[in-house]
Amino acid sequence: MSNRTQIDARGAFCPGPLMEVIATLKLIEIGDEIEVLSTDQGTVKDLPEWCAKVGHEHVETVQHDGYASLVVRKSK
Amino acid sequence: MGKKILIVGGGLAGTIIANGLCRQMSKQLRTGDVSVTMLGTSDQHLYQPGLLYVPFGKFREAELFRDQRKVLDNRVPYFVDPASNIDVDGKIVTTESGKTHSYDYLVIATGSRIMPQTIPGMAEGAHWFYDLDGARKMREALDNFEGGKIIVNVNAPHKCPVAPLEVTFMLYDYLTEKGLMDKSEITYTYPIGRLHALEPVAHWAQPEMDKYGIKYETFFNTKEVDPGAKTITSEEGETLNYDLLVTIPPHQGAQVILDSDLGAGGWVPTDRNKLLREGSDDVFICGDTTNIPISKAGSTAHFEADTIIDNLTSLLTEERWARNYDGKVFCFVETGMNSGTYVWFDYKTPPNPGAPSQMIHWFKLAYNRLYWLSASGLL
Repeated sequence: MSNRTQIDARGAFCPGPLMEVIATLKLIEIGDEIEVLSTDQGTVKDLPEWCAKVGHEHVETVQHDGYASLVVRKSK
Repeated sequence: MGKKILIVGGGLAGTIIANGLCRQMSKQLRTGDVSVTMLGTSDQHLYQPGLLYVPFGKFREAELFRDQRKVLDNRVPYFVDPASNIDVDGKIVTTESGKTHSYDYLVIATGSRIMPQTIPGMAEGAHWFYDLDGARKMREALDNFEGGKIIVNVNAPHKCPVAPLEVTFMLYDYLTEKGLMDKSEITYTYPIGRLHALEPVAHWAQPEMDKYGIKYETFFNTKEVDPGAKTITSEEGETLNYDLLVTIPPHQGAQVILDSDLGAGGWVPTDRNKLLREGSDDVFICGDTTNIPISKAGSTAHFEADTIIDNLTSLLTEERWARNYDGKVFCFVETGMNSGTYVWFDYKTPPNPGAPSQMIHWFKLAYNRLYWLSASGLL
């Protein structure tokens, strides 16, 4: 069963949600997941785009009141 | 029996806290109701932001260092005996020499370190300025540089998030002054889809780079460096040629954090407001050591340290919590050899950098000296 690490990056301007995901991917095993909470709407667009480009799986994006939850699965 | 505060880490964060506690609890230190002890890794205190200037010959090495015992209040016993294990359940810190230290309150401020060796070829093929040896080698490489392709390559995570932009614009000015920019090309690579983590800074940097003809590649996360072929390849599949590679290497937290099983990557899970280790009410975490998704920078450490001083003092003298950390960060941004700007933000206030000016650049140069007042707990 995969582990899931949560990053609460709501209100985090620097380094921001995507940079936190990139850093955290280096610390987890293939198959494990990261859920990042983000108030930055740019991340909602950028993170799936980056996952597609680099080869990780964007599992889902769920919009909540004032923030989004995005899940990435490490694939390589 | 007096309450024992143990600070692990003798960098900026730990030093500000130690000195601030001495100032706030002078009476308790005199009566023995409180003691403050520090464990560090060196008898020298390094002004890390000064390393940026070393490759350009703008900072002499001796200016970077002061004797840590002179920076530190003389009421704080300081041991150059790094922690090798931190047992937060047993409330015991063991050092490399085998000594043990108990505590009532612990402050962990062990910082971060560059890890170029985690990317194949990077340690052999790249230059950096994030430690003194690297800054010396980069200075020598620049002295010998006669023109060609320079890549400024940024990796995640890293501390001092504005330094990559600063070094890029300083390189441009340096090469222009030497008459080498006409036969040189600078390319800046960044891990995410814009030129800086802070969106307003990215929006400012892009037209600046366009104006100077500095190229850039976004979504570039380094996979490997080939020092023989002089190429750098990203996880995203791009390969770039270079004559001189300047990298901001990926960082990790201190080895003792990993060895003590206190947090993946050496980053300790930390409450973003209280700055307490998650699951502890007697262990504060400060500076780069936290896992809080916030800039790893001296100013972050400074504002966090001020909060911890107030809370430790209140807890020990009034048995109450004083205040929460609000996420405040303030960074100068050198935008060349003769101009600068600044950016500040907190958990609720987005950054909004102003127009660069020579005056802010001079203020940054002044802060390079005022730093020692910050470390002393006076500024």
